[in-house]
Amino acid sequence: MTWKRSRVRLDKDNRAFWTGGAEGKLNIAKCGDCGGFIHPPREICRFCLSENVAPHAVSGKGVIDTYTINYQAWAKDMDVPFVIARVKLDDAPGVYLTTNIVNCPVDAVDIDDPVQVVFDEQDGLWFPLFEKVG
Amino acid sequence: MSEVGVRLARSPLGLTLDAVKEAIADAGLTLDQIDGVATYPGKMQTFLGFSPLGADDVIEALGLKTRWHIGAAEMTAQLGAIAEAANAVKAGLARHVLCFRTVYEAAAMSRPDEFPPLERREGVTGNSQWVSPFGAFSAANWTAQFAMRHMKRYGLTREQLAQVALNDHANAALNPRALVKTPLTMDTYMSARMISSPFCLWDCDRFTDASTVIIVSAGDALGEVKTTPIRIAASAGSVERYSWDQAEWASAYPTGRDLWKNTDYRPKDVDTVQLYDGFAFQPITWLEGLGFCEVGEGGRFLEGGKRIARDGELPMNTGGGQLGWGRLHGFGFAFEAVVQLRGEGEARQIPGDPKVAVATSGGGPMATALLLAKD
Repeated sequence: MTWKRSRVRLDKDNRAFWTGGAEGKLNIAKCGDCGGFIHPPREICRFCLSENVAPHAVSGKGVIDTYTINYQAWAKDMDVPFVIARVKLDDAPGVYLTTNIVNCPVDAVDIDDPVQVVFDEQDGLWFPLFEKVG
Repeated sequence: MSEVGVRLARSPLGLTLDAVKEAIADAGLTLDQIDGVATYPGKMQTFLGFSPLGADDVIEALGLKTRWHIGAAEMTAQLGAIAEAANAVKAGLARHVLCFRTVYEAAAMSRPDEFPPLERREGVTGNSQWVSPFGAFSAANWTAQFAMRHMKRYGLTREQLAQVALNDHANAALNPRALVKTPLTMDTYMSARMISSPFCLWDCDRFTDASTVIIVSAGDALGEVKTTPIRIAASAGSVERYSWDQAEWASAYPTGRDLWKNTDYRPKDVDTVQLYDGFAFQPITWLEGLGFCEVGEGGRFLEGGKRIARDGELPMNTGGGQLGWGRLHGFGFAFEAVVQLRGEGEARQIPGDPKVAVATSGGGPMATALLLAKD
């Protein structure tokens, strides 16, 4: 889409997520004590209340949990249709990412399709999108 | 309730006054007897069309003298204001609470000078950062994904989903206050443009201008009330993840289960359901969450539309819901439940003598269910 993605305001909690793509990394906050993944990222583990939480690079592999084909141009210059999906990450249990499925026709997307992260950089933010694999 | 319209000229306060006058006349009360006010979500300065008035505006403008009030977004969805009012009168904090929800989204959009649109801040934050960079701006996109999963996992069809809009339009056509005046056909539904699959235009509510008022009175103050009282038998509002995209299930599921923990009534006792339908899929989550059918069976429950029709086994959204009546944002469901339990539905009144109703609001991460009974 030619539409410019909403610019996220960076803070200490979300910076690793939105800038990790510069190093090819999909960073998800992880608890150093219980191993739980915390998304959206926060400084406290929502499972064990530990404050030993840090960004952890996951594989970037996942499956499409569910999706929708968006036909409505919500903003100026938004090219439609495009796929909005919720991706379930393979190696971060319980974490879903809302994202776009790119590099395939909109009607080629289905639930349970395996996908892999690809980053779309705009003005220093690295948006994690996903494409189908295999 | 005030006039319900699109791009109304009457001010938000004027609409609220109309609804208040009707409600206190119906109750046989005077404004002097109102000692509490409750609203959702309170005045939103950054989004005035969504909520142009707070509890304090109404207290001041109507010259009320209150002992308790609340206007909050951080509560269990829209009907949480009524649930909170019920708790307040039960605790003796007030005797008669004026509960209102005024919406002005259509008019505000058409008069941006008077109701300036949300200021564009430098960068999105909070929960919107996880969805809007991907073009998922609307609750239509977020809710559509739950609907799509039901299609793929449980076999929900567009024809089944259509029954929500068809039923809403059929009922709205009999409701003189409703925005929609004519029934909808399956052909018209199926040929509409898509918004966010599987939702087409008819599956999404639209901006509306209106004010809805409900008065919640203490049980020991009923001697002062002249109309048929309807009892708030139970309420629930549960959250598992306060997020649209991290939750496995919409909050209608835990909320629906919890409602029955707070009462001896059971789903079989319910004569009519008024289920939040800002998007057509949401009543399916409520039907399943409240236990009117098994999880995954909501689509088949709606099949053909007979069960949910006015003369069906579980009449649903008899006033037209938000797809037919208008986006009254939750309060319309409680209002219509009261109308039906009192037998005041006129052309849309359901048969028999309904005694128990469920009214719900919310979808996604927030939800409230009310159980209402006529004794």
